[in-house]
Amino acid sequence: MEELPEEYTGGVIKKFMYVNRRAPHGTIYAQESLEVVLVGAAFDQDVSIVFIDDGVYQIRKDQDTSAIGTKNFSKTFRALEMYDVEKLYVEKESMQARGLTENDLNVPVEVKTSEEIGRLMEEQDVILSF
Amino acid sequence: MAILHTVNKSPFEKSSLETCLRIAVEGSSVLLIEDGVYGAMDGTSLNGKLSEASNRLQFYVLGPDLEARGLSEKNVMNCIEVVGYDDFVDLVVKHDATHACL
Repeated sequence: MEELPEEYTGGVIKKFMYVNRRAPHGTIYAQESLEVVLVGAAFDQDVSIVFIDDGVYQIRKDQDTSAIGTKNFSKTFRALEMYDVEKLYVEKESMQARGLTENDLNVPVEVKTSEEIGRLMEEQDVILSF
Repeated sequence: MAILHTVNKSPFEKSSLETCLRIAVEGSSVLLIEDGVYGAMDGTSLNGKLSEASNRLQFYVLGPDLEARGLSEKNVMNCIEVVGYDDFVDLVVKHDATHACL
């Protein structure tokens, strides 16, 4: 039998960055992003997640969707550690523009400036935007 | 390492271009496509910001998307290069990664 190339056998680990720029419940983007993050993690890829612009609202604490009848996936961010997804970055400028601090977030993150986010982006193999 | 940022939203409707300019580091490229091409127009309120950014970033705009909107190279700022689909492919290949700033 012909041998599968290395990328199909789990040998290759790439750096995947997921860029979240949308608020959580008005559209499906944020939830879909999280699904794809979990796929990346399941394949043991080197995953990082960035929250920019309204994306920072995705990890705002005390979200309760029970009255709008949708899934409260904000809790899933707290479970990412179990999938070895530990690199969560928030853009400082976006957080400040929305009057938020780290205390308003439901998960531990690293706060980075725009430029630091840009530098991190340069280290990636794949950048997925939501 | 250099990133190609693509922007496909009008800067007058969404903040995608503004965000892109904030996170794009020196030596990166920005390609304006679809409704993003409105950001390349000469004579808009964004001109100052873009020409300033063009000192550290390379700007491109997709010709077919200009034409589709009744625009041409004549309407585009001098610091922005008009490219075709084949150049789009070359730009993707030339950069280390592409960030679609939606």
